[in-house]
Amino acid sequence: RQRTMTDHKTSKEQKYDRQLRLWGDHGQEGLENAHVCLINATATGTEILKNLVLPGIGAFTIVDGHKVSGEDVGNNFFLTSSSIGKNRAQAATELLQELNSDVSGNFVEESPDKLLDNDPEFFHRFSLVIGVQLPESTCLRLGSVLWDAGVPFLVCRTYGLIGYMRLIVKEHTVIESHPDNALEDLRLDQPFTELKHHIESYDLDSMEKKDHSHTPWIIVVAKYLEKWYSEHNSQLPKNYKEKEAFRQLIREGILTNENGTPEDEENFEEAIKNVNTALNPTKVPSATEDIFNAEQCENITSQSPSFWVMAHGVRDFVRNEGNGKLPVRGTIPDMIADSDKFIKLQNVYRDKAMKDAAVVSKHVEALLQSFGKPPESISEQEIKLFCKNAAFLRVVRCRSLAEEYSMDTFNKDEITSCMDSADSEMVLYLMLRSVNRFYQQHSRYPGVYNYQVEEDINKLKLCVNSLLQEYSLNVNVKDDYIHEFCRYGAAEPHTVAAFLGGSAAQEAIKIITHQFVPFNNTFLYNAMSQTSATFQL
Amino acid sequence: MKNSREFQNFYFENDVVRQVVIALPRHKVAHFTLNVYDNMAEGEEPMVVDGGNGDRSDWQGQWDHVKKFLERAGPFTHPDFEPSTESLQFLMDTCKILVIGAGGLGCELLKDLALSGFRHIHVVDMDTIDISNLNRQFLFRPKDVGRPKAEVAADFVNDRVLGCNVVPHFKKIQDLDESFYRQFHIVVCGLDSVVARRWMNGMLLSLLIYEDGVLDPSSIIPLIDGGTEGFKGNARVILPGMTACIDCTLELYPPQINFPMCTIASMPRLPEHCVEYVRILLWPKEKPFGDGEALDGDDPKHIQWVYQKSLDRAAEFSITGVTYRLTQGVVKRIIPAVASTNAVIAAACATEVFKIATSAYVPLNNYMVFNDVDGLYTYTFEAERKENCSACSQVPQDLQFLPSAKLQEVLDYLTENASLQMKSPAITTTLDGKNKTLYLQTVASIEERTRPNLSKTLKELGLVDGQELAVADVTTPQTVLFKLNFIS
Repeated sequence: RQRTMTDHKTSKEQKYDRQLRLWGDHGQEGLENAHVCLINATATGTEILKNLVLPGIGAFTIVDGHKVSGEDVGNNFFLTSSSIGKNRAQAATELLQELNSDVSGNFVEESPDKLLDNDPEFFHRFSLVIGVQLPESTCLRLGSVLWDAGVPFLVCRTYGLIGYMRLIVKEHTVIESHPDNALEDLRLDQPFTELKHHIESYDLDSMEKKDHSHTPWIIVVAKYLEKWYSEHNSQLPKNYKEKEAFRQLIREGILTNENGTPEDEENFEEAIKNVNTALNPTKVPSATEDIFNAEQCENITSQSPSFWVMAHGVRDFVRNEGNGKLPVRGTIPDMIADSDKFIKLQNVYRDKAMKDAAVVSKHVEALLQSFGKPPESISEQEIKLFCKNAAFLRVVRCRSLAEEYSMDTFNKDEITSCMDSADSEMVLYLMLRSVNRFYQQHSRYPGVYNYQVEEDINKLKLCVNSLLQEYSLNVNVKDDYIHEFCRYGAAEPHTVAAFLGGSAAQEAIKIITHQFVPFNNTFLYNAMSQTSATFQL
Repeated sequence: MKNSREFQNFYFENDVVRQVVIALPRHKVAHFTLNVYDNMAEGEEPMVVDGGNGDRSDWQGQWDHVKKFLERAGPFTHPDFEPSTESLQFLMDTCKILVIGAGGLGCELLKDLALSGFRHIHVVDMDTIDISNLNRQFLFRPKDVGRPKAEVAADFVNDRVLGCNVVPHFKKIQDLDESFYRQFHIVVCGLDSVVARRWMNGMLLSLLIYEDGVLDPSSIIPLIDGGTEGFKGNARVILPGMTACIDCTLELYPPQINFPMCTIASMPRLPEHCVEYVRILLWPKEKPFGDGEALDGDDPKHIQWVYQKSLDRAAEFSITGVTYRLTQGVVKRIIPAVASTNAVIAAACATEVFKIATSAYVPLNNYMVFNDVDGLYTYTFEAERKENCSACSQVPQDLQFLPSAKLQEVLDYLTENASLQMKSPAITTTLDGKNKTLYLQTVASIEERTRPNLSKTLKELGLVDGQELAVADVTTPQTVLFKLNFIS
């Protein structure tokens, strides 16, 4: 039995290898514990689920009261012509489940409106609800239920060549945002004691050439910085000119041979190249500062999520032992150096990071104890991870759908300023809102049948105008867009559904794993021009 | 046929010729007409599609979503677009698409194309299915591990989408010739290798016909190229000979960085250095699985050995962080991959195929990058043609060297220059009316014979100012001609 368990684990590791390298075993664990609800198994819906089932989400439940139509099968890979007439949730579940035996697939043959009427708490159980091709009224109703229950809600829609997504989550915290181009945390402008001592242990002037050219560039910069300070009132090189002069100072330190020509010292070249990185002033990034100043960080209660408890702990550290600085991250980039010098330097940073994290731990512990919570309710490992990522913490707060729709709180500025350029993706948002209005009035979408297109253009135009009027939006929507949206006839072409399927699944994974940063809050994709935009509405 | 400019049939040497209107950047060329020969590769049976255009495999409403874009006029269509019911017939009956790669992007592409109305699809892939493919290559199941990707993918799509006829080729792209590639209207690439991309690019360029230096637009086969890595990806449209080709933008693919040998051999600092030490130096020395047994990244026994030895190496230098996963990642040079990014990029590529095949919209001009690490970000821009691109410019390539330069320097230039980035160039020239191989790496005996040439100067080799050098490389199916210019 032991053996089968191990085998299963290894084969899972192999199967998920390419993604484990992105979100780690802990990210995968989060995914495997998640239960996602999909409303409507249209092409967009099944494409989203496919991209969640493949990486091994724990469970999904499809809610769909529709019967499969011939049109549904035409654009959907997870329905076949033999499923025409059957319930769409059931038919899609069968073919999606078949993708990955690790995943548990469920379905409910019911419309979301019925569920909202009879059992709104049904939706409380999910890690995330994804609503696809929903009428506006359902969207708003469900949005309000989920907002109150604190369940994240992702709205997705493919409308002709336009893709739309709206994320509604009250507060989403991210420890591991995995930034693409993170600045190093080297503290050369404010070296900590242990680093100072380590720098002092080097004497570049008395070194053999071999050691001299294998001294890590961090040390080289630190040494020449001391020299610079002595000549410049202990001020860092600030502008380009000063940095150039500083580079020259380092360059002059390159050993020369008996003829006076400089030796080949790659570590010095690296030092010169890295002057900017090295002189980057140590400070708390504004996003982290905002987190410290947030009300959730200020007022910790016994109910506070561990993110905020740890944020408070780090804030205590910054305001006390850290002297205004975050805990040391404890990593350095690779650089020319012999193994011994590099490892020793790396350990100086690592040890300091451990020490700082231990101090943060004490703060966290004290905080937990003040609510009578056991200190081990937040593990040492979690705190270390938090400290290591202290400069990259992110909190995403989306506005509710109610706020987006209310006359008092809708984001007029964003809409008006974007609409200054007539082809901004914002016009697509206004068109989708107008199409919803059309649906409300006519109980159908414009231009579904060929004969409707011409007459629906005028009807849709009325909807656009009444929308703009109602919200007092003094913007111009080109007739071309009205015509184009009638032409779409609410079609859901597969390739646009698939684009959204990939994008939405990735956002779902971000919400579930609390890694990487979700968009906030409205995403529009224009497949005609292959462009996209994100708005806060 | 309804529109002479759009779909026109005429006969040419018994081959049906189709015209497809291609939309181009407005400021460049408003549009041009592309003739594509609907000819069969030699020895190939004509394709038969189940049910043809109607009856058995179709059902009420099957193409309703697609038809709205083909049968209705609209304000944003390509200027030459004319709504008609024949566009769908063209997609289903005539239009032939080639998909290169049946991996992460390829599986998605086959599905996307099949559900957009395309039925004549060929797919080429030389790989077999590995268990680590299953997290995204959704046409494969555990029972398929070890089978050819192209075949399993084709079977799955043909089975799921009735009427679709995907033809698999379990082959290297290099094993198929011009007559094969010439039969397609559009080629889509879903590859993870820059070399293969460049070869495909070179193949489509070699099919171009120039008359008196003027490109015959009917010889153009559009290339749609997708690529992904982790949460990043790109999709681009290439009209060979008209818009920026793969080699025009080689700088976008930075050359692979290898650790310096002295770091690996004597001063490791990272766990990766330790693994490289074992892979490059220890394996050939210790021959743990016998003489001649090459290191196989897919053999767990091999990786286990490398892992253990890497741990020893790391311990010796107090380096931490060697894990089994890291070891395998370094040995196999693994690029992380997820289903979602592949879905996004393949979808964008398939949309472009649809636009070009139907002229329903102006195609992407010409490059889109995607990144969803922090929010969702796309950036669309026009990559520019390189005036003297060695692949597509028709401009003779100059090599500037001192007569006293050694052949080795020429070789280094060909491999290291950012816009050439050749892999193992073979250099030949004509001396005294005879063909002479100056250096060739890929055949051991010839390499041995020509190696001494590398340390000779160009002058010693008898090369003169203006000498033509023909260079062959895996990055292109054609030899590239260079003119040697002596500088003094």
